[in-house]
Amino acid sequence: MKPVDTRESFTSRMLSSDGAVSVLVVLLGFLVGTILVALVGKNPLNMYKAIFQSLSGYNIDNGKMNVRYIGETLNYAVPFILCGFSMAFAARAGLFNIGGEGQYIMGLTVAQVIGLLGPNVPGLHWALAIIGAMLIGAAWGGIVGILKAKYEVSEVVSTIMLNYVALYLSRIICLQLPGASTYKTANFPETALLSNGFFQAITNNSMLNNGFFLMGLAVVVYWFIMEKTNLGFGLRATGFNREAARCSGIPVVRSIAISMAIAGAFAGLAGGIVALGSFRYGRVLSGMDNYGFNGIAVALVGNNTAIGTMLAGFLFGMLKNAQALMQGKQIPKEITFIIQGLIVVFIALRSAIALYLAWRSKRQLQKEVLAK
Amino acid sequence: MEHAIEMIGITKTFPGVVANDKVTLQVADNEIHALLGENGAGKSTLMSILFGAYNADSGTIRIHGKDVDIKDPNVATELGIGMVHQHFKLVHNYSVTENIVLGMEPRNRFGILNIGQAEKRVARLSDTYGLQVDPTALVEDITVGAQQRVEILKTLYRNANIIIFDEPTAVLTPQEIDELMQIIRRLKAEGKTIVLITHKLKEIKAVADRCTVLRRGKYIGTVDVEDVSEQQLAEMMVGRAVQFEIEKSPAQIGEVVLSIQHLSVADQNGHVKVRDFSVDVHRGEIVGIAGVDGNGQTELLYGISGLSPVSSGTILLNGADITHATIRKRIELGLGHIPEDRQKHGLVSDFSISENCVLKNYYQAPYSNAYGLLDHAKMAEDAQALIEQFDIRAGQGSRTAAGSLSGGNQQKTIVAREIHLSPHAMLVAQPTRGLDVGAIEYIRQRILAERDKGRAILLISFELDEIMNLCDRIATISKGSIVGIFAQHEVTEREIGMMMAGSKRDGGNR
Ligand SMILES: Nc1ncnc2c1ncn2[C@@H]1O[C@H](COP(=O)(O)OP(=O)(O)OP(=O)(O)O)[C@@H](O)[C@H]1O
Ligand SMILES: [Mg+2]
Repeated sequence: MKPVDTRESFTSRMLSSDGAVSVLVVLLGFLVGTILVALVGKNPLNMYKAIFQSLSGYNIDNGKMNVRYIGETLNYAVPFILCGFSMAFAARAGLFNIGGEGQYIMGLTVAQVIGLLGPNVPGLHWALAIIGAMLIGAAWGGIVGILKAKYEVSEVVSTIMLNYVALYLSRIICLQLPGASTYKTANFPETALLSNGFFQAITNNSMLNNGFFLMGLAVVVYWFIMEKTNLGFGLRATGFNREAARCSGIPVVRSIAISMAIAGAFAGLAGGIVALGSFRYGRVLSGMDNYGFNGIAVALVGNNTAIGTMLAGFLFGMLKNAQALMQGKQIPKEITFIIQGLIVVFIALRSAIALYLAWRSKRQLQKEVLAK
Repeated sequence: MEHAIEMIGITKTFPGVVANDKVTLQVADNEIHALLGENGAGKSTLMSILFGAYNADSGTIRIHGKDVDIKDPNVATELGIGMVHQHFKLVHNYSVTENIVLGMEPRNRFGILNIGQAEKRVARLSDTYGLQVDPTALVEDITVGAQQRVEILKTLYRNANIIIFDEPTAVLTPQEIDELMQIIRRLKAEGKTIVLITHKLKEIKAVADRCTVLRRGKYIGTVDVEDVSEQQLAEMMVGRAVQFEIEKSPAQIGEVVLSIQHLSVADQNGHVKVRDFSVDVHRGEIVGIAGVDGNGQTELLYGISGLSPVSSGTILLNGADITHATIRKRIELGLGHIPEDRQKHGLVSDFSISENCVLKNYYQAPYSNAYGLLDHAKMAEDAQALIEQFDIRAGQGSRTAAGSLSGGNQQKTIVAREIHLSPHAMLVAQPTRGLDVGAIEYIRQRILAERDKGRAILLISFELDEIMNLCDRIATISKGSIVGIFAQHEVTEREIGMMMAGSKRDGGNR
């Protein structure tokens, strides 16, 4: 056996640190993305110029600065982060919440309903709509939690089904709203909007709005519940070892229901913020916005921690904002989806590689034994 | 002397601990070599290095005189090294044969599985070594002892000639232990080399040729087992004299605390495992339940602790009916539980020691305030006190993840938590499983101290000497019912043994 092999222990240490793996995987995703862009005969530099512009607002090609891009990136990140929390919060309690999309749609729908029909009182109106969005999201997630906890219905199946129920229910409801056509409703009154004059002023009229505050609040709440409260303690214990949690008296049935409800509230909040922050009218959805699904990837990259998920959400927001800029530079915008996809695949690969190595060595062993 | 295994100057560090500090282990060809040491001394680590599960930081390994680099378990397998882990790695809904050939299934040239061929080879191996198993039975239907034989067959099927046993007897009943000792002798007779990790000095005296002792990661010495007494071995390992028999003052028995009346409990598949079981446990006494594994002890504790629903009967704790109470309610009323399965029920291995120590009362003062906020500092402080009291060897103090502790130190953590809570009534299953003699002495003293504080204790153990040592009254259980219940001085180990086999003795009072 060799003396200390620092190189080996360095890589193995890297692989055992989740945070480091995430960073590595993101870099790898960009690397492959860069190669792909080069392969289709475009200049990868343009891709990075677009990304740089979406981050800093500075256009390298013409030397112009436009802070609006920063605002848009931040604004795009908000629903990614919140839907990431929806996935991550449930995951910490040992559940696989693919229902972020449905919870998001329900939040969006209720926010639109209250936005159009609610009391036109400044301050109160949008707050009411946002609270409604969170409550319906919590209910939509909570149902799944109760089904799982009481009747052992797989949360994977019930969340997928509820995603579709949410989409069509949303259409039915929104078509009844004032001024509804096949794709939109009447404009929201001013009091329902999340717009923030100060943000608009400093970001050259971007869509950045009060939702950004709410997201910041959500990050703190997420971290606080998980790390500082005894509710979070029970949820984490349940997520790590449900039987030991049960044996120690932790009410796991309640833990599961509560964690799904809180997860749903995060996604519902995302829906409310998108409805009243990024649009001036209600939308009659014809398809899914996919924030809920992307949330799964965001949480995966962020390792289900508050800070990690927030950073991953910003990354996804940045890529989304860079799409239009890339098109302007002749880079197909689909490359951002490819990069996102690659990142998820690489993260999944970490366990797949371990499985493959185990499989390969077994094959080899089998041959030897049979030869004897 | 020809050496089968030579591990020279092996060093392995984990965060905060040197698990192996220039350890040397030399095992002669075809000997049974025992590895002895306190909990956390580094035995499992050393063997994991030999088996390729961990890589040493430095040191040399030679197998049959040849320098080798055991990067992973596959290399170990190729070198003819097999390991029987303490926690079996079997697939429960697979047959015995399928488990044995798993990963190297014999296939014909069309890639179709030929299980018949494998079954024949398994049958041949089990004949040669006296390892009785039914090759077609499902693993979930066979006893723990038989599962262990499957693990041994797995190593033999892969042509191992060096077999490592990591605390194989911790999970076995006394009868199964005798069988295992026979098997180990048989393996030696067939030319195998054996490394045996155990805390039970009796077993070392019974089968081992030589014994290597480790203490706190360091090599202490290797002795011929013939030349030393159990007492000397214990001193060598702990570094001080150890008491085997503990002194016990007579019990000061008070009123009934835990009353089990006509209890029946079924297992998951609906088979009745506990039948019309009644016993009263009083203040200040320890009642032991002796019995062969699988006679309803597990289900009895599940029923009382609330892990399984009971089919009929009543459980009273200080007069309150807790038959259908939630587990948390029972805990709050003062029911403690040291569970049989520490990995499954006892610990959250991703949690730190300090989090595990408050697993049952984290939501109460002083660990939580009225707003539900945790006091991490207080948790760490109390955990640190328990770590010192119970001598839990942990690399990073109260922040150490429970899963990274050695087996014995995990057990100490659970016992520390339960004793710290000091409940009115405590269910105790195999409290000293996997502990070294020094730790056993301490834990037994603490359990007795609880008794003397006026707690009621119901103890389940497969080790008769533990039952005889600790208990004031002893009940024997067979097929889910009590065969007899006697004061400790009224019976002998032999009589209990007979009752465990199901034969009734006249007399005795309930
Ligand atoms: N994966 C790990 N990560 C961190 N520390 C570890 C790990 N495995 C073992 N250790 C530490 O190394 C030391 C030796 O552990 P080891 O499991 O070898 O002890 P042991 O002699 O087998 O004890 P026991 O008799 O209790 O099983 C312990 O202090 C333990 O906490
Ligand atoms: Mg060990």
